[in-house]
Amino acid sequence: MNRHLISAGDLSRDDAILILDTAEELARVEGRAIRKLPTLRGLTVVNLFYEDSTRTRTSFEAAAKRLSADVINFSAKGSSVAKGESLKDTALTLEAMGADAVVIRHPASGAPRRLTDWVSGRVVNAGDGTHEHPTQALLDAFTIRQRLARGTDRHGQGLDGIRVTIVGDVLHSRVARSNVLLLATLGAQVTLVAPPTLMPHAVETWPCRASFDLDAELGKSDVMMMLRVQQERMTAAYFPTVREYRRRYGLDASRMALLPEHAIVMHPGPMNRGVEIAAEVADSDRSTIVAQVANGVTVRMAVLYLMLGGATEEAV
Amino acid sequence: MCAMRHEPVHEPGPGGQGPAQAATRLGGEGWKAVLTPEEVRRALTRIAHEILERTHGGEGIVLLGIPTRGVYLARRLATRIGEFEGTPAPVGSLDVTLHRDDLRLRPARALQRTQVPSDGVDGKTVVLVDDVLFSGRTIRAALDALNDLGRPRAVQLAVLVDRGHRELPIRADYVGKNLPTAHREKVRVQLAEIDGEDSVLLGEGDK
Repeated sequence: MNRHLISAGDLSRDDAILILDTAEELARVEGRAIRKLPTLRGLTVVNLFYEDSTRTRTSFEAAAKRLSADVINFSAKGSSVAKGESLKDTALTLEAMGADAVVIRHPASGAPRRLTDWVSGRVVNAGDGTHEHPTQALLDAFTIRQRLARGTDRHGQGLDGIRVTIVGDVLHSRVARSNVLLLATLGAQVTLVAPPTLMPHAVETWPCRASFDLDAELGKSDVMMMLRVQQERMTAAYFPTVREYRRRYGLDASRMALLPEHAIVMHPGPMNRGVEIAAEVADSDRSTIVAQVANGVTVRMAVLYLMLGGATEEAV
Repeated sequence: MCAMRHEPVHEPGPGGQGPAQAATRLGGEGWKAVLTPEEVRRALTRIAHEILERTHGGEGIVLLGIPTRGVYLARRLATRIGEFEGTPAPVGSLDVTLHRDDLRLRPARALQRTQVPSDGVDGKTVVLVDDVLFSGRTIRAALDALNDLGRPRAVQLAVLVDRGHRELPIRADYVGKNLPTAHREKVRVQLAEIDGEDSVLLGEGDK
């Protein structure tokens, strides 16, 4: 696997399955009295967050701490970044502090890739602009495999033949982008559903189908992944009203009833209840939303372990 | 970050890589059988008897195999104890990867399953089972891993082969065969469950 985790598209099928299998074993540690492992003792993980994200940051922080790494949280607010420091200068500061890994969330697509030029540690993309969010895709894949994989032993299994429908603001969604790449790598059949205004232009080059009609996809979906309507990115009039969006693309109880019996409903969070997902759907047995949060920690532990737990290339 | 399966070859030092897989087949070039299937069977039977003797009939024991081959050995010992005593001993597996002291010397390794019997290890006599005892570092890691699972009353160690060259103050309570080796030689345990046949092989080291 690669030195950094920037794009879900960089992962081979074997890499992705190794991460899921590793997470599967690490999840078993959760049930123990002592949930801390000594594996990354003495290593430093820096959380470099230029966008607010309590969910992802705490998930990475919990993952690093359970592996005994030291965690430094560096948020843009109230720091030298607010005083105008550039990403490069911040990177050089982290480098001087000896960061073994930098987990970066940045509003600009491509910032994590750029960061790899300036730091010697590993870089993990925790969401960059509208580009990618690979660990979210990994935890989604892990959750899908956990709920839908056939047989008792999930080890080594991909997501072959599982039909995943991703619904909502695909245009602005780094979660959708990473999921399409990763789920396709793992053998799933992905369909994107969005209003024409929120469907990316070059979507026909992506390894998935695209549709504008949610109701047509309901009966043939094993997984419904609802994306958040990102009000902060809605700078133009992408749809007439929230009510109109909900009527065409919201998942409510009557639509959920049309899903196959085994189908699950996912949401990367945070949800807009009553917009893209109705409260009774979010709270139903089919919803994996809470499981996704728990799985986020174990999947990020697996990523940090596989990136930092072994030898660096120099030592091999 | 690439996967490396648990290497069944117990070789000196962390730097070396396993020999060409083709040459490690039973009777392959450069490998000499030191235990036959029959001898492996007898050694395990003897160890099972010794465990029962030392633990007063297997009172409160839990067998924990260290992946990969230790797990199969632990299962076989549990079965034998069941045959002798009527009730099979609780058996599980203990992956030590995350507690190893040589993680930084190799690419990150895939994790193996840790599965502890439902009663846990608190107050039990845990018998760790591994195929080869060499430097003792795996067992040190196992003791640390076990520490995170609970507080056993006592911990004992059973190995099929003790090849010497300890680097830590660790010894086995039950040994199938003491095998004097040169440090550079390699010992390979093959088990029917994954290798098709039981045997212990001794191979020439490199150079």
